[in-house]
Amino acid sequence: MILLIAIYTYYNFRFFSMKNEEDRNRACQRQMVCMFMLHFLANLVIILHTGSEMLILFYGVQVLFFLCYVFLYRFFYRNVSRILVNNVCMLLCTGFIILTRLNPEKAMRQFAIVVISAVITWIIPFIIDRVWQLVKIPWVYGSLGLLLLIVVCLVGNSSYGAQLSLTVKGISVQPSEFVKISFVFFVATMFYRSTEFKNVAVTTVVAALHVLTLVLSKDLGSALIFFVTYLMMLFVATSNWLYLGCGAASGAAAAFAAEKLFSHVRRRVEAWRDPWSDIDDKGYQIAQSLFAVGTGGWFGMGLYGGMPEKIPVVDKDFVFAAISEELGAIYAICILLICLGCFLQFMMIAMKMQAMFYKLIAFGLGTMYITQVFLTVGGVLKFIPSTGVTLPFVSYGGSSILSTFVLFNIIQGLYILKRGEEEEDEEE
Amino acid sequence: MKKSKPNPKANRNILWFACGIVALFLCMCIYFGYYLQVQSEDVINNPYNARIGRLSDHVRRGRILASDGTVLAETRIMTDSDGTEVRVYPYGELYAHVVGYVDAGKTGVESLANFYLLSSHTNSLEKVMNELSGEKNPGDHVVTTLDPKLQTIAWEALGNRRGAVIALEPGTGKILAMVSKPAFDPNRISEQWTELVQGDQTEARLLNRATQGLYPPGSTFKIITALEYMREHPGVYKEFTFSCTGIFEYEKNKIQCYHKTAHGEESFMQAFADSCNGAFASIGPTLDLEGLKNLSEQLLFNREQPLALPYSKSTYSMGGDAPVWEILQTSIGQGNTLMTPMHNLMIMSAIANGGMLMEPYLIDHVENQEGEIVKKFMPSQYGELMVANESKALKELLELVISEGTGSALRTDVYRAAGKTGSAEFDKQKETHAWFVGYAPAEDPQIAVCVLVEEGGSGGQTAAPIARKLFDAYLLP
Repeated sequence: MILLIAIYTYYNFRFFSMKNEEDRNRACQRQMVCMFMLHFLANLVIILHTGSEMLILFYGVQVLFFLCYVFLYRFFYRNVSRILVNNVCMLLCTGFIILTRLNPEKAMRQFAIVVISAVITWIIPFIIDRVWQLVKIPWVYGSLGLLLLIVVCLVGNSSYGAQLSLTVKGISVQPSEFVKISFVFFVATMFYRSTEFKNVAVTTVVAALHVLTLVLSKDLGSALIFFVTYLMMLFVATSNWLYLGCGAASGAAAAFAAEKLFSHVRRRVEAWRDPWSDIDDKGYQIAQSLFAVGTGGWFGMGLYGGMPEKIPVVDKDFVFAAISEELGAIYAICILLICLGCFLQFMMIAMKMQAMFYKLIAFGLGTMYITQVFLTVGGVLKFIPSTGVTLPFVSYGGSSILSTFVLFNIIQGLYILKRGEEEEDEEE
Repeated sequence: MKKSKPNPKANRNILWFACGIVALFLCMCIYFGYYLQVQSEDVINNPYNARIGRLSDHVRRGRILASDGTVLAETRIMTDSDGTEVRVYPYGELYAHVVGYVDAGKTGVESLANFYLLSSHTNSLEKVMNELSGEKNPGDHVVTTLDPKLQTIAWEALGNRRGAVIALEPGTGKILAMVSKPAFDPNRISEQWTELVQGDQTEARLLNRATQGLYPPGSTFKIITALEYMREHPGVYKEFTFSCTGIFEYEKNKIQCYHKTAHGEESFMQAFADSCNGAFASIGPTLDLEGLKNLSEQLLFNREQPLALPYSKSTYSMGGDAPVWEILQTSIGQGNTLMTPMHNLMIMSAIANGGMLMEPYLIDHVENQEGEIVKKFMPSQYGELMVANESKALKELLELVISEGTGSALRTDVYRAAGKTGSAEFDKQKETHAWFVGYAPAEDPQIAVCVLVEEGGSGGQTAAPIARKLFDAYLLP
């Protein structure tokens, strides 16, 4: 399994150096083979271990889904970025494996959400291709997003000390996951109009309101993601080092103030500095995570060989620790590299896009994605204080899955748009 | 839609940012690798890590050995049944607290070295063979710093009394012996568990009195009072004189010397050697109480101690506004002050070692089945508890205790010892706790010992002779 994921990851990066269309297609083909083999092996282990017939069925449905997803996507959108589709499948596949091992019921629920999300968001590239009026309505994105966040802040359910979710008719959603996307659109449209100081100032105020509302909801991970994304988008749009410097400085000041003001921030920082001295309380989660990663070692304990259930919230924020423990650090690093590969694809698309609006969207979404990956993995490894965000596509959670699907499909849409343009140019 | 002009600057920025992120991720991967390769072994070996238990499915727990190779704990496979493993402690009660047990939670070395005992570094060929045949790999052996001779002597010398005896090497921090009584039989811990936990609480057999028992320090605290006095009167502290009548009166409070002995006219040195309560109670109110508190905390009262074994924190509570009675009591080691025998020994070994405290440690090295060393533990410095001059001045006082004062039980021509006795009152109706803490030889300390005998009476008569036996056994051929 480690070998398979390593080969997969290798092709992921080889892909960048390939110019030839055919080579690229062949690489993607091999990636698919690796993925299905890996998926089969892992599920074999799971089924042999549990002896559950349900899971055989579940495996079959998963395979069907992946096949449909890959081929239908290509059928309807001729110019799809196959490597991104592959990466989505690989991350989802890892997510399914580890969730099935942790909690089959949740895995099945996750699967249902994935199928629904995939179907819904499948339309997005189509919209992007046809509807360029998206650029006209910045205030809709801005106010809608902000409104949602404020509602959550006021009446949201709290879990693990933060107000994150709204429950509507028994379904709990985390609006901040979706506001991420509307936020990027808002900033992109604003900067597309103008990068005059006045406009920048107005945008900054709205962005700051987003971040502050999140801070008040105690959702610090998301607040940080929004902040970084805004700062980088501002920088790319204006190419102004002064903005970047001021932004970074104010961010650092805010972080410092937060550590002094909020006890829950202090807790996290203390747990990060020294989890061992208060292992029963503050340091418990991070210590368990480190035990898991350390005991797993490079090659992992094998599925069902470890005790990932000892880590609190293992299926969401700490899923990376579970992967590392049971599938091995090499596998975990490969996952990390796949995420990085996706990000680089995003950046390449951003660079190729000629319209500033699309460029900013691709860049902003990419930044948002990679910041989230960095925060969650860094938190698990005690590289940075843990912030409690999910690993996109792998962690359990409906909102997270749906919004990540939206995110990837927007990028896909941009890619298709670009390829379409290129082809038109050639025809002319 | 309209196309804005291509923006090369923006592209360059994106490229920069992408490179930055790649670099950040590389850093994280390197950190990840570093953690796995270097740090993880220490992290995993934590009693909170439930995963270690899983290791025992593949590895047969290694032995715990004394420094000379005596087996203190080993896992045997029952011959009659289907290969059930039993942990056997050949010496039973003798090493009960320090070696610990595994059957009802883990304590002592069994807990400290859990991960090492369940790791196997036997040769790889054998490992493969074992894997294939489904046999367990032999776990590594943990060699402790314990000296079986000293441990036995300490055990026997304490007799039927409750208390603790600890010996260590002041220059390295190696723990040579650690006895706590009453003890229990680790071989029968499971069957006796309810009785041990629910039985007579005053017995507290499971408690390691050496590191967890809190006692009033009694006259051994005079070391600290003396040090504070010396700090406040540098160079002239020896000019102190006191006339002892057996009872010292101060603002209607009375402090008695032990058995109301009248020590007569005495200097600072003599007052310390004779452990004159009156003299030290008279020093008390003249001291800067905040200074005394700071000094105590510098000497690890109210603080974490550099010990891997579970321990109790020693407590010192007197602040600047204490009533007179408390000041008088505290300066002779009564009052609210409480300390563990191990803490007292750490202070003494720092004095013996020129002020530098070496962190006490129990595991000397880990070796594999073939006796090759897998991991060696080195002495490490904790920090200077006092400067070298102060340690020198205190040594002078501590030697006088043996040669002219209450430590007469340790007077011998063969070596010169140093130390301090104590008889700590804890209940007016009962005998005092007997303390002795000291080291030998005075000119080049090889061993430091702390003896505490609960309700043992006078430190000089009960505790000091036990220390003598340990010194004799360790220093004489």
